[in-house]
Amino acid sequence: MSPTTTSRTLPHTILGIVLLAFMLFPVYWMVNVSLQGGSTAASSTFLPTDVTFDGYRTAIEDQTGNLLTSIVVALGAVAVSLAVATPAAYAVSRFRLRGLGVFLFALLLAQMIPGIVIANSLYTLFNDLGLLNSYAGLVLANATHGIPFAILIMSAFMRSIPPALTEAARVDGASHFRAFWSIIVPVSKNSLITAGLFCFLFAWSDFMFGLTLTTGADIKPVTLGIYDYLQGNVQSWGPVMATAVLSSIPAIVLLVLAQRYIAAGAMGGAVK
Amino acid sequence: MTTTLAAGPTGASAPPRSAPPTRRRARRRELTAQWLFLVPAIAYVLVFFGYPIVKNLVMGFQDYSVRTFVTGEAPWVGLANYAEVVSSGIFQTTVVNTVLFTLGSIAGQFVIGLLFALFFKRRFPLSNVLRSLLLLPWLLPMIAGSAVWRWILDQDGGILNQTLQGVGIIDDPVRWLTSPDIALVAVILVNVWVGIPFNMTLLYSGLQNIPDELYEAGALDGATGWKAFRHITWPSLRPVVNVVLVLGVIYTLKVLDIILGLTGGGPANATQTLATDSYRRSFQEFSFGTGAAVSNVLIVISLVFAVVYLRANRRAEDE
Repeated sequence: MSPTTTSRTLPHTILGIVLLAFMLFPVYWMVNVSLQGGSTAASSTFLPTDVTFDGYRTAIEDQTGNLLTSIVVALGAVAVSLAVATPAAYAVSRFRLRGLGVFLFALLLAQMIPGIVIANSLYTLFNDLGLLNSYAGLVLANATHGIPFAILIMSAFMRSIPPALTEAARVDGASHFRAFWSIIVPVSKNSLITAGLFCFLFAWSDFMFGLTLTTGADIKPVTLGIYDYLQGNVQSWGPVMATAVLSSIPAIVLLVLAQRYIAAGAMGGAVK
Repeated sequence: MTTTLAAGPTGASAPPRSAPPTRRRARRRELTAQWLFLVPAIAYVLVFFGYPIVKNLVMGFQDYSVRTFVTGEAPWVGLANYAEVVSSGIFQTTVVNTVLFTLGSIAGQFVIGLLFALFFKRRFPLSNVLRSLLLLPWLLPMIAGSAVWRWILDQDGGILNQTLQGVGIIDDPVRWLTSPDIALVAVILVNVWVGIPFNMTLLYSGLQNIPDELYEAGALDGATGWKAFRHITWPSLRPVVNVVLVLGVIYTLKVLDIILGLTGGGPANATQTLATDSYRRSFQEFSFGTGAAVSNVLIVISLVFAVVYLRANRRAEDE
């Protein structure tokens, strides 16, 4: 880059970093406070001068079970979402069936239904089916966050796969399922990863279903663990922030390691 | 366009009636095979989206309470739930709060998101990295965001009051989350923070689709800076703007975690919205009938905006 363009773009880069610092200040604060023990500290200092991991020790004592629950539920939701959404995305992108338009319309509307509406009704349904306070119930409910999104984003990608690819296999006698499983799924791997990552994040961040569909302490996602801390008057913010940091790790890791998938998903949100 | 084997040249032109039976059977088998791909998704959508809507509508007309879970009986009460909701003092408050929360959040998210999008459109070193890191507030669990904001906004120990007092902008600490007059503003502020990345991302992709030639031609006519924005950027971006605004409304109407995490709907219902009130009625007072009535109001509002969204989206695709 020539010196003149550098001098012209440098102020932009600096301003960009300032904006980012401003926007991410709460994230910094979260990490900062999590490292300050002070069990009854009335306030926090700007830098964690006395780094202590007491907050994390308490958080891990309190929340290990909840973190594991969140992992199990989120992975389960990914599995259910992809199992349901991938074949549907293939059908939407390839077949010309009467009624597909209605189905797509229903998916768009489904994304707009307020979660509390679903929670209201699922509570009574799950109560009848014995699915309250169960992993299966949370997994199934959390898949609502991801399935419509996953179908829309994967079908958009599958539309770009040349039809000749599967037609050749079909002429050779392969069934639709075989063509789907051994051609479409491998070719669409990236869009499956994008959809899966977002399904994971949606389910991991879920608060609504954890709040409404679990009542005891046995099965409780970490988001509810944080909420429990916030219920009363918080005496010590170290463990609360440590838990918040632990619950933010998936988002941070994915944003750094899987940036291109996240970017693709964010854009997918725009075109749906 | 994609052509499937089922809708191939012969299948499409020959009416099924005149086709020989074997072919008709083959075609039916083909159709069944195709529908099988959709069966799980259709079943899921019916159970987890269709059923809740219908159930919610029905519950709105029932006395659905703790007793229902014991006896299994939910007596039909007509419009009593709606009458109770509307005549309760809190209803007017929640509607006003919902409108203010939505308008305030959208205005803040959109304006700042648009400014960010315009800024990042000028390519500069690190612009892509910085822009993708900006997505973080949106990807974090909202309740984690609420938790840290709760501490930042704390009246006495919070860093915001300490900083504002330190530089002399305020003399006494602001009761961000405990004053009925200010709490809603604070909750809006946090929701704006969460929503900026989403607005920025969609608007940025919209800006990317405006051809450079338009700006080059405009520059020849003297349209630069603000003029270029008014006469080139804004008109070209309008369809995307519509979509962003309507989606913003739909997502904001749903918000529960931020409000429950920050204020729990208080103080004195100052931050109670239709969504949190529906939660409160159903899951704290176990009055599922009135809770359903409130969320049915929410469904109607969301559906109105959904229709607006679909029309805006179609216009965005046409242009």
